[in-house]
Amino acid sequence: MRRYVLARLGQSALVVLLSLTAVFGMVRLGGDPVLLFLPMDIQAKDVDEFRERLGFNDPLLVQYGRFMAGALRGDFGESLRYRRDALGLVLERLPATLLLAGSAIALTLVVAVPLGVLTAVRRDTAVDHLGTVATVLGQAIPGFWLGLMLIYLFAVQLRWLPTGGMGTASHLVMPSVVLAAFFAARVARLTRSATLDVLNEEYIKTARAKGLGEGRVIGKHTLRNSAIPIVTLAGLEAGQLLGGAVITETIFAWPGLGRLTVQALLNRDFPLVMAAVSFTSIVYTLLNLAVDLTYGWLDPRVRIRA
Amino acid sequence: MKKYLGLALTLVTVVTAVAAPWLTPHDPLRADFVASLEPPGTPGHLLGTDQLGRDLLARVLHGARLALFIGVCTVLVTAVVGGLLGLVAGFIERWPSAVLMRLADVQLSFPFILLALTINAIVGLGLRNIILSLSAAGWVVYARVVRGEVLSVKQRDFVHAAAALGVGRGRLLFRHVLPNVAPSIIVVASLQFSQFIVAEAAISFLGFGIQPPTPAWGSMLSESRDFLFVAWWLAAFPGLALALTALGVNLLGDWLRDTLDPKLRV
Repeated sequence: MRRYVLARLGQSALVVLLSLTAVFGMVRLGGDPVLLFLPMDIQAKDVDEFRERLGFNDPLLVQYGRFMAGALRGDFGESLRYRRDALGLVLERLPATLLLAGSAIALTLVVAVPLGVLTAVRRDTAVDHLGTVATVLGQAIPGFWLGLMLIYLFAVQLRWLPTGGMGTASHLVMPSVVLAAFFAARVARLTRSATLDVLNEEYIKTARAKGLGEGRVIGKHTLRNSAIPIVTLAGLEAGQLLGGAVITETIFAWPGLGRLTVQALLNRDFPLVMAAVSFTSIVYTLLNLAVDLTYGWLDPRVRIRA
Repeated sequence: MKKYLGLALTLVTVVTAVAAPWLTPHDPLRADFVASLEPPGTPGHLLGTDQLGRDLLARVLHGARLALFIGVCTVLVTAVVGGLLGLVAGFIERWPSAVLMRLADVQLSFPFILLALTINAIVGLGLRNIILSLSAAGWVVYARVVRGEVLSVKQRDFVHAAAALGVGRGRLLFRHVLPNVAPSIIVVASLQFSQFIVAEAAISFLGFGIQPPTPAWGSMLSESRDFLFVAWWLAAFPGLALALTALGVNLLGDWLRDTLDPKLRV
């Protein structure tokens, strides 16, 4: 186990370094970042001053070294728009995104896992077909459209919920439903197939044959075994919530990391873009690492193969 | 059921996309300020009109054209680039394989939509650049799947036999290995297709990608936000078209996976 943990840690560190390089490369790939990121109506003199101040007149390799050295210390420079430490701005927005992602995950666990188990146990009945239709629709309906339709129904027509912003619990309802929809559909389908796999095992037959009640067979013997693939895949998918948050937060004016990223891109505030994108990538990598380590701990075969 | 519904929905979208100009007498770009924000069912405007009096049905139909074009182009680019890289990496192993896998790790350390969005914001707006951005963010899935498949296919007896008979490496790769990997490429392509279409719409919705007045579903939805209180149809129909297209392609992809390659999980 120790060797496995060390190997995965080393691999993740390498991925983080390469990802930071990729972020630097992406921003430089579009040509002159000054012309790209500055507003159109700026004077030539200001462009030069700006370029000098941000160190764009230095050789590329020097700039890369400076970016990496700064990034590893958590220093991405100052946001051009807010005139403040870029990473500080990112960290300020983090709790809002965590709250949103957390409630989306909670919602998923409460709705999707029971739905998946139910549709597997009642296979090929009306319940199963209805559940399948719901999950297929959940995967096909784009989150931002679902968001608009919910706003129209619950905020414009019924006036039950606010259209956007953050504050009371009612502000949290629509964004977390929208963020959870796609994720919940995936998890429900996964839970169904994982549960079906386990239900075919011999030990389930044994449990039933020895006269255990259906509640115990499902609750104890089945769920415990189907939990491993569900937890793993749900963990891997949870990272995509960070991507989904970019869109959901923009629709509902939720003051989180995703909306900050979109605004930074629209404002051409590239130190902030670099900070936000790098930060998201690092969190995502750590999440994947955590899932892998949990999996290795749950299932010894994984760490031996690695 | 899956198969027929998926085929039917996809067929409708394809026909719509190809025949858009002949299905409606209206020009999707022509404004008519006298007839702005007419509700659905107005004579001559089945789905109503938008804030500039443009016919919504015409815009939704032309949107299908754009969405499918972007989807097809992106899938082709990613399948060819990712597929070739995966083939080479799986076949040669050693350093091409190591380089490819590290590249894949890096790509997979960004959520797909964030990567595509950031690349798009940097390379710029427009049709060519959105295809480029989606391809740059999406090729890695093919490369990984194909590499894995090649690693197992090249161990099979018929490949060893062909090699023993003196078949050259290029021929071995393209005539003997590739046909056996092709079903996986097709399945991944069908599953990626709807992801690309929805991602394009999301990126255009956020203000990048395809810009108004071009009738793309995403930018139409973005514009509709300002009129949500007075004109629900502007938000409802482009999104419905997008959802039905994604649904059709998803069902078709599921069915293809079940038929061609039941083991594959993407």
